[in-house]
Amino acid sequence: MVQYARTGFDASFAALSDATRRGVLEQLGRADASITDLAEKFDMTLTGMKKHVDVLEQAGLVTTEKVGRVRTCKLGLRRLEEEASWIEKYRQRWCARFDELDKVVEELKRKEKIDGRKKRE
Amino acid sequence: MDARRESEPTMKNDTTVERKSERELVTTRTFNGPARIVFEAWTTPELFKRWWAPKSMGMSLRSCEMDVRVGGKYRLEFEHDAMAFFGTYLEVTPHSRLVWTNEEGGEGGPVTTVTFEEQGGKTLLVLHELYPSKEALDAAGTGAADAMVETFAQLDELLLTLGASVGRS
Repeated sequence: MVQYARTGFDASFAALSDATRRGVLEQLGRADASITDLAEKFDMTLTGMKKHVDVLEQAGLVTTEKVGRVRTCKLGLRRLEEEASWIEKYRQRWCARFDELDKVVEELKRKEKIDGRKKRE
Repeated sequence: MDARRESEPTMKNDTTVERKSERELVTTRTFNGPARIVFEAWTTPELFKRWWAPKSMGMSLRSCEMDVRVGGKYRLEFEHDAMAFFGTYLEVTPHSRLVWTNEEGGEGGPVTTVTFEEQGGKTLLVLHELYPSKEALDAAGTGAADAMVETFAQLDELLLTLGASVGRS
């Protein structure tokens, strides 16, 4: 399990270690773009850009979709969704605990009140 | 005052979680009781056991040892032998602050800080988990820990199935 995670991180770090690839992510953050668009913007050959996009795609940072002859690239939302879903899971776990803790707190409050009453009597 | 209304828990308070930075998760929740009571529920093993492993988690605590003082250790064991959570208390300020390490995951474990802030008879609880690195938090999220729980649940099922088939033959 840990091994899988680590592989994912290595891929992400490798992908982010290159200035062009970071630029591509920034660009895709603004708008989806085809490989041709990106190649033009970064003044590179199509083949060169395709290699960069492949690296980003393998790291899960970018997804691509080919429609006809155009391959459109977008930010890899999958990863963001994954993160959102595990945070939600984490929240639910605490939520469940805290709902139980509510009961303990109510019980202690009641007990304190009874004890207080006894002391006064 | 309406005694009945007072004794029944009012609407549940919201639990919010925020990834405050690459290394931090912050959870907040308000409790309808004074800080000293909420603190007691976090630091008394018999009480802690009652809420830490709710039924929806599918597991219950078999044992819970807590030596709540600076440098003191805690150890929580789930019914599955291999599942244990343990660490050391780094700070203990009665009714207001607890800090402990989470050492079951090796060096990647977070440091947990819980603060209890009383406001008008209610307590705002802030649970802050600081991981040693972004990767450690990501790894926790992508589920090394959760996956482990699921693995055990699956193993349980498998053992049941095996038990059943052995019983039949």
